Amino acid sequence: MAFLELEHLEKSFGATRVVKDFQLSVEKGEFVSFLGPSGCGKTTVLRMVAGFETPTSGGIRIDGQEVTGLRPNQRNIGMVFQAYALFPNLTVAQNVGFGLRIKGQSRSDIDRRVTEMLTLIGLPDLGDRYPFQLSGGQQQRVALARALAPRPRVLLLDEPLSALDAKIRVSLRDEIRSIQRELGITTIFVTHDQEEALSISDRIVVMHQGVADQVGTPFEIYNRPTTRFVAQFVGTLNLLDATVLNAATGQVSVGGTQVALNRALPGDGTSLSLALRPEVVSLGRHEGRNLILSGRIAEVHFLGSVIRVKVDVAGNMVSLDTFNRPDLPPPAVGSAAEISVSERDLLVLAE
Amino acid sequence: MMGRRFWSGLAVFGSFLYFFLPLLGMFMFSLRMKRGELSFEAYRVVLTDPQFQTTFLYSMILALITIVFGTLISVPTAYWVRLKLPKLRPVIEFITLLPLVIPPIVIVFGYIRLYNTSSVLPLTGSWLGTNLLVLFGYTVLSLPYMYRAVDTGLRAIDVATLTEAAQSLGAGWVTILAQVILPNVLVSVLSGAFLTFAIVIGEYVFAALLNLNTFGPYMFWMGGNRAYEPSALAVIAFAITWACMGLIQLVSRFSKFSQVKR
Repeated sequence: MAFLELEHLEKSFGATRVVKDFQLSVEKGEFVSFLGPSGCGKTTVLRMVAGFETPTSGGIRIDGQEVTGLRPNQRNIGMVFQAYALFPNLTVAQNVGFGLRIKGQSRSDIDRRVTEMLTLIGLPDLGDRYPFQLSGGQQQRVALARALAPRPRVLLLDEPLSALDAKIRVSLRDEIRSIQRELGITTIFVTHDQEEALSISDRIVVMHQGVADQVGTPFEIYNRPTTRFVAQFVGTLNLLDATVLNAATGQVSVGGTQVALNRALPGDGTSLSLALRPEVVSLGRHEGRNLILSGRIAEVHFLGSVIRVKVDVAGNMVSLDTFNRPDLPPPAVGSAAEISVSERDLLVLAE
Repeated sequence: MMGRRFWSGLAVFGSFLYFFLPLLGMFMFSLRMKRGELSFEAYRVVLTDPQFQTTFLYSMILALITIVFGTLISVPTAYWVRLKLPKLRPVIEFITLLPLVIPPIVIVFGYIRLYNTSSVLPLTGSWLGTNLLVLFGYTVLSLPYMYRAVDTGLRAIDVATLTEAAQSLGAGWVTILAQVILPNVLVSVLSGAFLTFAIVIGEYVFAALLNLNTFGPYMFWMGGNRAYEPSALAVIAFAITWACMGLIQLVSRFSKFSQVKR
């Protein structure tokens, strides 16, 4: 049995069902991200695990123990908030030691653990500071130490990086992951940032309108999205309108070009969308990518090491990235271009 | 431009005269107890009067207990309303403002009618009961100041998130109130407390009608029976009030953790 089990969780606020039949099993030591746009119910699920919201129905088990009826302060769960939520009247050391003090541990035990935690987050000398004397990134690290100090069973992170600036966000993200690995603590991380979720997680739960659309490793989520929403929300996606010519052989027509997809499709004559990631498309002909589509360069964005090009293929915008080459200037807008793609990289999306 | 500056200057000067001339006159008068010289004789007489000492001490104790009562009522109420019942806020605010609209004499008459010796709960019949009654009355009088101060203080902190953070660390409601909420609104509680102190020290109606020898009735009695001492007493009372207001300023300036981010 998994360490953290969410069984058929439902939550309604009045007539609105915010979370619908949510199921998830998290193994001990696993790092799971809830990814989705705002209002998708990801934070509500997290808050139900923490005990701040009561599920309308369904159950939550931690390490075999039914916790659905327990109050938040009885669950032994660590939580980090977007707004840091450090106690402004306490020093950094007192903040980190708060949970241990509540547990009634001895002063020497608390001091030892606080020193250990402050070393872990790389701020061993800031114990006497007050929260207002710290930067945002430091405050959030202290909040992490505070949540971890009482040795919680599960660590919940509610968009902990959203209030920080871009550089700190990346470095703290890596730090959170390495601390999590070091302690082997079961973690749920809520974010609306797909890059964060992809880079940090063992598994990702993509949520949409209260439903877990897809659960899988970052690699699976990115490369084999099972729903249109997941495909569009995670990563950049190009959509090509296609018409089925022969469902049995998988022949479709894209802007007049016949393409063999070699897989079963819905009936002849129906139109469907083919999706492809920017990195599976090449500008010009490319070995191994034998499906050639011609179009016109619509936009060119020079981003430094990467050049993002948008090509208009029979009314569909296809975005693709090429690496910058000092000896080759970027293509001119309006000029004719060919793109090549391999048909096995084309995704057929279910509605 | 010149005209505007002149008129505003005149207004400031005029209000200065209006407020300070009577004070100055009273102060000068209080120094003239000894004929032909200026002295602090009136103050000496007042301060050494055992009546003054007992009534003042009595009022001070009442003020301190009122502050404790007020804090115990205001902080949890304001906290709970902010956290769980935000829709009730206008209602609660209205209730806390009522003591400003209802004269103390009405409240105390109500008390005496409800709790007299022939009632079910004869509070006025005993020393303890009467003191409790006056404390409750003072707590009511202090509510507008106490509650508003605390409510404003709570606005400055993220009550909901701090509560959840404390809960996730294992804290129960009492711990959260005592160790997280109260310390963070202490400055507001203190500013409410000083106002309460100033009100209770000079309160007359409750004390007189419940027949308690507090500072208010003592001042009143002084005023009717002496010449110079009442002025000295009034100056002392003013000094206490101003000291309280100064302390409010001081406390809010030197609070070590609520400083503005530099």
